[in-house]
Amino acid sequence: MDWSYILAVMVTSAFGLQAIVFGLAAIGINIQFGYTGLLNFGQAAFMAVGGYSVAVVVVEFGWSFWVGVPIGIIAAILLALLLGIPTLRLRADYLAIVTIAAAEIIRLILRSVTFKELFGGSDGRQAFADGFFALSPYPDDAAISIGPAVINDQQLWTYTVGWLLVALALLITWLLVRSPWGRVVKGIREDEDAVRSLGKNVFAYKMQALVLGGVFGALAGFITAIGAQNVNPDVFKTDATFFAYAILILGGAARVFGPLLGTIIFWAVFQGTDVFLREGIDAGLPIISLMDGTQAAVLRVMLVGLGIMLLMIYRPQGILGDRRELALDAR
Amino acid sequence: MHRRILAVLGVLFATFVALVAMASPAAAEGQAVGGKLENRVEGVKTPVAGVEIAVVGDGFQGTATSDADGVWRVELPALGNYDVTINVETLPEGVALTEEDKVTIEQVPVKPPLFGGLKTVTFPLGQSTATTTSLWEQTAQLTVSGLQFGLLIALGALGLSIIYGTTGLVNFAHGEIITFGALATWTLNAGFGLPFIVAAIGGLLLSAAFGWLNNAALWRPLRKRGTGLIAMMIVSIGLAIFLRNLYQFFAGAEKKSYTEFAGMAGLSLGPVSITPTDIAVIIISLVALIATVLVLSKSRLGKATRAVSDNPSLAAGAGINVERVITFVWVIGAALAGLGGILLGFTQQVSFQMGFQILLLVFAAVTLGGLGTISGAIFGSLVVGLFIQLTTLIIPTELKNVGALLVLIIILLVRPYGLLGRRERVG
Repeated sequence: MDWSYILAVMVTSAFGLQAIVFGLAAIGINIQFGYTGLLNFGQAAFMAVGGYSVAVVVVEFGWSFWVGVPIGIIAAILLALLLGIPTLRLRADYLAIVTIAAAEIIRLILRSVTFKELFGGSDGRQAFADGFFALSPYPDDAAISIGPAVINDQQLWTYTVGWLLVALALLITWLLVRSPWGRVVKGIREDEDAVRSLGKNVFAYKMQALVLGGVFGALAGFITAIGAQNVNPDVFKTDATFFAYAILILGGAARVFGPLLGTIIFWAVFQGTDVFLREGIDAGLPIISLMDGTQAAVLRVMLVGLGIMLLMIYRPQGILGDRRELALDAR
Repeated sequence: MHRRILAVLGVLFATFVALVAMASPAAAEGQAVGGKLENRVEGVKTPVAGVEIAVVGDGFQGTATSDADGVWRVELPALGNYDVTINVETLPEGVALTEEDKVTIEQVPVKPPLFGGLKTVTFPLGQSTATTTSLWEQTAQLTVSGLQFGLLIALGALGLSIIYGTTGLVNFAHGEIITFGALATWTLNAGFGLPFIVAAIGGLLLSAAFGWLNNAALWRPLRKRGTGLIAMMIVSIGLAIFLRNLYQFFAGAEKKSYTEFAGMAGLSLGPVSITPTDIAVIIISLVALIATVLVLSKSRLGKATRAVSDNPSLAAGAGINVERVITFVWVIGAALAGLGGILLGFTQQVSFQMGFQILLLVFAAVTLGGLGTISGAIFGSLVVGLFIQLTTLIIPTELKNVGALLVLIIILLVRPYGLLGRRERVG
């Protein structure tokens, strides 16, 4: 059992690619669910729209990577409008069902043979991020080693941009929620009718929150596409959405830094558990070595599910949250 | 409304029984594996002779060649699992496997004979070029499979809908109850070696018990704490992720089949070819749905259920024990979902995520018919099932679920209270 290796994995995961991607996705959900009370269960769709936009624009149309970015953002905005128009006037559970259905629709289309020419079917699209790496200020031989893990110059550039985006998203969230806009959406979360009776256009505010959170989801899609140099439909399963929810609830919904803290802890523990179990299997530890590697990987997802349940039941405000502010009975 | 949906189900049932009575099944005896090779072209079946089939397993190797009637049979030395392979090169001109991955059917379980001995294995044969069945025949075939799928969705949707109606919970873990029924049955059947019928009854009872446990261990305490509906919805997502991975942890990711009734030869009902298992699936789900609707509309407990759905406080005030009704609803709902899973195990095999994969269609059906209504859930399910199958005439099969989910979104745009729901504010 190599504890220093496990520790190194935990540290690199806490600040690695997944932490950035799901941090951004969770920040988006924080605006929608935490502040406005909208149950977007289709954040994976927004991530897919972002990731596939940059990939398809480069691979299929041969345009610059940087054309893909605005296209991805516009596509995310359109998707939010499309989902919001039929559902935002209805009860919360309708938005939940429609968004999760939309995420499945998009994933099925992305992996279909019918659209393989465009999206690459279940293989997805690879090698499209050269335009992004061309701007890297780091020399080719730049590398940081944390224990046994080595971060190369491309990863370093991805992480730099990723964390800058996280910082930007957090800044936007912080500015928004202490503005009049933030007070209105929090009011909508608490009592929609009260806000409506004050003459506010509830529908428009909800739509703005849905769009903004969706755009943050698309940013998460860009980073996962760049970091993995690959997009494929299975990255954007519904589990991705619920990992982001787990992160948000863990860190604390309706708190600006909730998603940040959540993503750091979540990925450190999630990947730490993985290597711990694998090491334990190799070392022949009692009980643990009864599992095989696949079961170990399944076990930690199982624990995520259990974690969501226990958090929602015993500490719905998460680590940073304030129970008085967040009854979490949103609409 | 109930009377109308009962009438629809009743007519379906009667038509079906009449059609089945006209078809003729066949059975054989012995400890053997065998089957009948038939080339299906435009619904007409012609036997395929002279095709080699190899059976391998447990140190045994045997081959057989199909005779003039297309029948082949390999006598086996012992019970166990066998791989059955068709030699594609011995197929005559113009005949091909219609499903390319069915060259070898792996791990065919041969168990003690209980329902008539011979373990049948069917290879799907058809014209080597694209199918040329007429539009009318395709439509008829798809209508039957659509109805069957719709009835299976309805078994899930009815439970989801009455649980929602009485407790307000949108249960994202309902798909995992469907999976539970199938996995429990498969475990009893393949794991403990029980005959399928016994295993299925066991799976049904275990599903009902699982529903009771869900309510007693999780949802009732949460209701007592006054947990909000949104919070409960997220808890149900956690539960779904937990259960799904728990299933995979213990049962693995591969798809499994029950040890009996797999790969039966089809019967011809006019233009439609249908296997005896498909017929059983349709009849059992129809009976279960009719019985449930009758119980809900006639019995005291059923009436109490509808009273609680309408207005829990008023029902409690009228002396109805609301918690008792909710327990009843969970048991019934889970039993129906479990039954759906057991039957779905025939049409799509058993896997840890079968319930999860059908859950969105169940949601689509429930929303389409009107969230919380009994007849709406059944009606919506039949529409979704038929829609999914019939649209494959126009759109690629791999995208058939996309169409159904798109319809869900469009329906919400024009009739958010569902096709049969009461016109009321849901915002």
